[in-house]
Amino acid sequence: MKPKETQDRFILSSSPHAHGRCSVSRIMLDVIIALLPTTAAGIWFFGMPALWTVLVCVSTCVLTEAVCRMAMGRESTVGDFSAVLTGLLLALNLPAGIPLWMAVAGSVFAIAVAKQVFGGLGMNPFNPALSARAFMLISFTGPMTTWLKPLWWKGPEAVTTATPLAAIKALSGADAVACASPHGLFGAPVAGVPGLWDLAIGNMPGCIGEVSAIALAAGAAYLLWRRVITWHIPFAFIATVFVFGLVAGGVPAIVHVLTGGVMLGAFFMATDYVTSPTTAKGKLVFGFGCGLVCMLIRRFGSYPEGCSFAILVMNAICPLINRWTQPKPFGAK
Amino acid sequence: MKTVKSHFRFKGGVHPDYNKELARDKPVERMPVAAELCVSMSQHLGAPAKCLVKPGDKVAKGQKIGEKNGFISASVFSPAAGTVKAVEKRLTPSGGMADAVVIDTVPAEGETLPEEIRFAPLDWKTATREELLKRVEEAGICGMGGAGFPTAVKLNPSGKRCEYLIINGAECEPYLTTDFRTMLERADRVRTGVEIMRKILGECAVRIAIENNKPEAIASVEKAFADIAGNVEIVVLPTLYPHGSEKHQIYATVGRVGPEPPALPIDVGCVVENVGTAAAIADAVELGVPLTERVTTVSGDAVAEPKNVLAPTGTKYRDLLAFCGGLKEPAAKAISGGTMMGFAVSNLDIATTKTTSGLLFLTKKRVFQYGSQPCINCGRCLRACPMNLNPSEISKAVESDDIKAAEAAHVMDCIECGSCSFGCPSYRTLTQLCRRAKASIRARMAAEKAKAAEAAKAAK
Repeated sequence: MKPKETQDRFILSSSPHAHGRCSVSRIMLDVIIALLPTTAAGIWFFGMPALWTVLVCVSTCVLTEAVCRMAMGRESTVGDFSAVLTGLLLALNLPAGIPLWMAVAGSVFAIAVAKQVFGGLGMNPFNPALSARAFMLISFTGPMTTWLKPLWWKGPEAVTTATPLAAIKALSGADAVACASPHGLFGAPVAGVPGLWDLAIGNMPGCIGEVSAIALAAGAAYLLWRRVITWHIPFAFIATVFVFGLVAGGVPAIVHVLTGGVMLGAFFMATDYVTSPTTAKGKLVFGFGCGLVCMLIRRFGSYPEGCSFAILVMNAICPLINRWTQPKPFGAK
Repeated sequence: MKTVKSHFRFKGGVHPDYNKELARDKPVERMPVAAELCVSMSQHLGAPAKCLVKPGDKVAKGQKIGEKNGFISASVFSPAAGTVKAVEKRLTPSGGMADAVVIDTVPAEGETLPEEIRFAPLDWKTATREELLKRVEEAGICGMGGAGFPTAVKLNPSGKRCEYLIINGAECEPYLTTDFRTMLERADRVRTGVEIMRKILGECAVRIAIENNKPEAIASVEKAFADIAGNVEIVVLPTLYPHGSEKHQIYATVGRVGPEPPALPIDVGCVVENVGTAAAIADAVELGVPLTERVTTVSGDAVAEPKNVLAPTGTKYRDLLAFCGGLKEPAAKAISGGTMMGFAVSNLDIATTKTTSGLLFLTKKRVFQYGSQPCINCGRCLRACPMNLNPSEISKAVESDDIKAAEAAHVMDCIECGSCSFGCPSYRTLTQLCRRAKASIRARMAAEKAKAAEAAKAAK
């Protein structure tokens, strides 16, 4: 092309004129990538029903998102992958054997009621996937607490069983203390609580995505490496659960960290940007609150597991935490 | 003199693509005077200068054509001999309008133009402090890093003692290489300027701040300053935007934290001057030349030959671009300054000023369009903000017209560096929203002040 001497039409905009190329869709994609190991582990342990649940949740969420935006007359936001992520997270928070129509109902609730009613991404006060889980736990209590035995598909027929947390819950306080043997970790003295190795790889009944601590840790490492999340919320959450577990006695504290939704919740649900605080200090408070409420429910509540309720409760006071923990300007007294 | 590493790292900041390789190896080239210059009366921070000429006047190079008009103001000199064609309002790079003197520099047939006017050269070693300060003031020198604060005002902190003179050679803006070339080619002039400023400020320690992505500049300054007396250190800063910000540079070099505005660097015993300003001071004192030219980096992926151009102030962007071979590809955006804090300009009839450090032409693929999707609360802007503000909170307040909430969130501390927008995954125009809040707060303050003055008048 011949060099042009002049040109007189230019785009006008306020500075800066450069961008770091970080986008919402890339962040969502990173979280989805980080969830793949635990999704794979869930499908391995719980078989085809797990795969179907994931596929149904994801596609229903995306479809609901598209329909909602169209109904509201707003531009489509399917391309930001947030609906894919919500669907995936919801599926990972469901037992594998759930009837698929219930999964559909939960997915519609997650996107339509928990997210788009408030205006879409960025506006929802509660984590959409966890709101849907809470909705399903209340509406479909039976199927939501019926757990497939891991690797059941190797055997002749599907077998359901109780989760380790339900087993712990079944013990009365005195029994729990009596069971706290120093060798408990390796010998699994509590009936229904697997050994450390099984806890780590996820060979236990539970939600599709919450069982394999190793797979979850791999995903978490990826998120930290990509700087999608910071260490504050997961650290405060898990540390609180662990310390509470130590103080409360009963099963070894590590069991509390490795069972139920703590790992999945701490790294993938509590760190949801929209519903968690923005400052480092706020994140520590938030993580501590999640851990505390979770353990209070496990210890004193009527549900065996309290992780998702804990995060929802903390979601509710997130604006307050933000208010308490506003940063002080550089140079301010 | 010694070279040390910075011990203090401010919180936040970003790493933009620097793209300095386009122009960094191009020696400064002097551009011939264009046929028509357009010299603005508002080239500095503060009150515009009062125009001293009228159409038809013949002016000499170095003749004063604009008189300093107020305490924070600077005089303007003609960068070339010629005839005044017009005195009219013209668009400034930042988008405002200001009086400008349009000078025709081509003599008519048989016409002779007046000879160059200079001040009497001074020997800074024998001159008094007052003489030197007066020269800085009368030569119209202002900060050449970008803001254009009148230098004489900074160098005369009445009653306050300057402990550290910090010379800003960080040049953290992408693309720009003017300070780099100045340090490479005119390190001796920078040194003379530093010694003059040190004399004016009274004995103070000197810290020269250079980012570690400019090793050649560090070596050149080390050589030029090797035998300088007194407490002088080159502080090598890690490459991090915005190290050129006064507040952050003071922290990075001497570890002091300036209080909130309206406090000035001198309140923590520091004066910060750009390397280009130091060289200009040396020229004004030793050669007697007022500030009428500067180095501007013409760069960007649309420019045929990126260059560092020494051009008279008042050179139109059109002429500056032509001197660099024009455009090799269509440009989508023209930017006066760097990509982080520069101003996008609408046309090329705008002319350079004492503070034009760069002129960039970017092709469409280099232009990023911000779109303000909803905030997802990710906190990246909080982590990026070097002032430790909460741009997300401020932006939401401004979007809902709650300027009071923005003010409570300390928006007036914002230095508009652009770090928040740079990292925003929702492409929000955070910096622009902060600017909007600041402008409306300033307007309200001015209105309140005017009202109070009126009330006082009425009471009399």
